[in-house]
Amino acid sequence: MKAATVTDSTRVDPSATPPSELVPMRHPGRRLSALLVLLVAANLGYSVMTNDNFEWPVVGDYLFNPEIMAGLRTTLILTVVSMTLGITLGIVLAACRMSENRVLSTLSGAYLWFFRGTPLLVQLIFWFNLSALYPRLSLSVPFGGPELAGAATNGVLNLWAVAVIGLTLNESAYMAEIVRGGLLSVPRHQSEAAIALGMNRWLTFRRVVLPQALRVIVPPTGNQVIGMLKHSSLVSIIALADLLYSAQLIYSQNFRTIPLLVVISIWYLVCTTVLSYAQSHIERHYGRGVHAGGQRPGGLAKLRSLGSRLSQRSRPNDNPNPA
Amino acid sequence: MSATTSAPDGTDTSTADPVVRIIDLHKSFGAVEVLKGVDLEVHRGQVVVILGRSGSGKSTMLRCVNHLERPSRGTVVVDGEVIGYRIKGDKLHELSPSAIAKQRTRTGMVFQAYNLFPHMTVLENLIEAPRRVKGVNRAEAVADAMQALEEVGMAHKADVYPSTLSGGQQQRVAIARALVMKPSVMLFDEPTSALDPELVGEVLNVMKRLATSGMTMMVVTHEIGFARGVADEVVFMSEGRLVEKGPPSQVIDSPVHESTRTFIDSIL
Repeated sequence: MKAATVTDSTRVDPSATPPSELVPMRHPGRRLSALLVLLVAANLGYSVMTNDNFEWPVVGDYLFNPEIMAGLRTTLILTVVSMTLGITLGIVLAACRMSENRVLSTLSGAYLWFFRGTPLLVQLIFWFNLSALYPRLSLSVPFGGPELAGAATNGVLNLWAVAVIGLTLNESAYMAEIVRGGLLSVPRHQSEAAIALGMNRWLTFRRVVLPQALRVIVPPTGNQVIGMLKHSSLVSIIALADLLYSAQLIYSQNFRTIPLLVVISIWYLVCTTVLSYAQSHIERHYGRGVHAGGQRPGGLAKLRSLGSRLSQRSRPNDNPNPA
Repeated sequence: MSATTSAPDGTDTSTADPVVRIIDLHKSFGAVEVLKGVDLEVHRGQVVVILGRSGSGKSTMLRCVNHLERPSRGTVVVDGEVIGYRIKGDKLHELSPSAIAKQRTRTGMVFQAYNLFPHMTVLENLIEAPRRVKGVNRAEAVADAMQALEEVGMAHKADVYPSTLSGGQQQRVAIARALVMKPSVMLFDEPTSALDPELVGEVLNVMKRLATSGMTMMVVTHEIGFARGVADEVVFMSEGRLVEKGPPSQVIDSPVHESTRTFIDSIL
């Protein structure tokens, strides 16, 4: 097209045909900044690797230490149990909050007000010290009547129970709001269509509203799971041997504080990475019918498509046309 | 109120009991009275087209038939059964939500915005209610669904998600979804109002075929051509009242009531 005009302008002669080859806008600044960032990162990496105070050999020694492994297991179990209970209780709280029944919605609101309004750490210490407030937990006739059944508080609430109760009650308050937001995001027309087909309220909720709400609920819930994994380290304050407390036990004896913190940071990162990957898979499942087959671009997109190519599982909507 | 009734026109169908009876129907939203006493009968195989300005109460009346709206006064009877209530002595006692849900299987409804379930494929949309509400087994539900899709010309799209379909295609699927429940009456609430003009025809054609096959239909629409060609009876509503009723030739071409005349003139 060199026969065409060589002028640098948006104008074109009425008689002339503009060239047809398109050149996208260039972004020279991006490459330059990428280079700069790489340099800084490389320098940082160099200093981390060569700084003897990190004591990398010690990190290697303790990475698979049995006590660290036991701590990791505790952290994972605590996360799974508290999160499962927290989500379940959160759904119930959200349903109560949205109920037409004033008693239920007020109770749910008060619960949220309390458990979102006080720090998790304070709540944990509070549950830990419950025996000071109520030495015995008992079922009895109200207003100081005779006791029907009971036991010493410290006998019922061991460390695990305190940790799970503390984390669950706090988590459920946050999950309740996430679930409520998701339910509100489903257009009213959807439940109306289900009702018009003769579906009752429970069917409408379970088959039509909830599956669509999950598309909105899953991303922040993934956030909450990752948050829970890390917040569970707060239980170290009540001396439950989670990942952090296991490391503390070791470095209180050998004073290798930094390398042990590096060790548990590595494990926290491994866990959160796996969780993020799982989250993106779940998100895609509940986004079906919305993104119309098109995948959203993103850093994990390639990894994801690789993953789905590797896994030979058939998708739930692959059922063959019977006709 | 002052409905110019052309008497239960002794045509073939009206000998049977009516499928839908609307008796003295009132409905208020807060202080606004949307329906001010409507009486209407729809007989088996009849196609009744309801015309009227927006806000005249025609959609509300339709939504009272399947109890999506609870009437403030008056009753709706479908297939000889009072909708939403049980008669005890001289009073009507409200039914439980699940009992009302069961009654709704007698009516099929098609909405302006299609309202297909976006997270289910076309086929899943169609077999959901038959399986979970009526307890039909999967094979039978799928067979019924494919037949219904065949009737609306959408069988080739059974396994796609609704978002990949055009508005006209989605509405045809929505009609099929209502049909698989084998309702006694089909309620159409402005089924073509959300469609691009070139897609209106395919939906009206499906509705025409449905009418020819003998389906009892109540249709709220602005499609005068459809009313003229397909309706057995045209009803005109104004300000919450049914002001004129009769065969299309009468209501559309020589309306008696002033408000009917101005409305017909404005849309023709």
